[in-house]
Amino acid sequence: MSNELEAGRPLSPHLQIYRPMLTMMMSIAHRISGASLAVGFALLTWWLVAISMGPEAYACVAAFFGSLIGRALLLLFTWALIHHMLGGIRHLIWDTGAGFSRTSIEVLAWATITGSIVLTILVWVVGYGIMGVS
Amino acid sequence: MATPLKRVRGLGAAHGGTETFWRQRVTAIANIPLVIFLILSIVCHIGASYAEVKAYLAQPIVAVLMLALIISSAIHMRIGLKEIIDDYVHSEGCKIVAIIATTFFAGAVAIASTLSILKIVLGS
Repeated sequence: MSNELEAGRPLSPHLQIYRPMLTMMMSIAHRISGASLAVGFALLTWWLVAISMGPEAYACVAAFFGSLIGRALLLLFTWALIHHMLGGIRHLIWDTGAGFSRTSIEVLAWATITGSIVLTILVWVVGYGIMGVS
Repeated sequence: MATPLKRVRGLGAAHGGTETFWRQRVTAIANIPLVIFLILSIVCHIGASYAEVKAYLAQPIVAVLMLALIISSAIHMRIGLKEIIDDYVHSEGCKIVAIIATTFFAGAVAIASTLSILKIVLGS
């Protein structure tokens, strides 16, 4: 009898057996994107410093950002920037006390992921379009 | 004697502690339009020559927005990175070193970027 009762009891959540949930992954993604924006800030600084230094320094930076690694870094930077911005807007909505129902939490989470991916692709498509024209 | 002054100051019994939270929110709000401005600025200058990029950044409005972005982001970044360190670095020594390093990094990128913008605007 007591064994049956024990078997029916819910087990305490534990980090290693915790089922990953969307909102939990979004919270982690917000931190990771935020932390990686520090690298993005360093890249922006490098770009600005090179422009202030002169054409040779700028050519060096432009060559790096034009390379495959440079482009990959810029793509990740764009995505982290947009994802962190949309995630931040989500947090600002929560700060007003709104958007805490179970449905709105899920909707906001999905809107952040879809929005960040769509906008990142859009920015790059427009970017490549401009590059093709010029 | 309780006066309405405490409500005007927006502080509770601790007389402090919400500044960082508030500063993070204010810089976050400022960063929304500034980040959109940064993305548009970069996208519009893909494949542009050195002279074109420099002339664009030398415009007063562009320079003001760039400086605002740099200052606001550096403050926001410092708060965010410290929060992550506070949560995940448990040894006291490592925590202090990491927080100081973060502060130095935020200060260094902010100063270097600001100086570059000023140099571009004021001409070499």
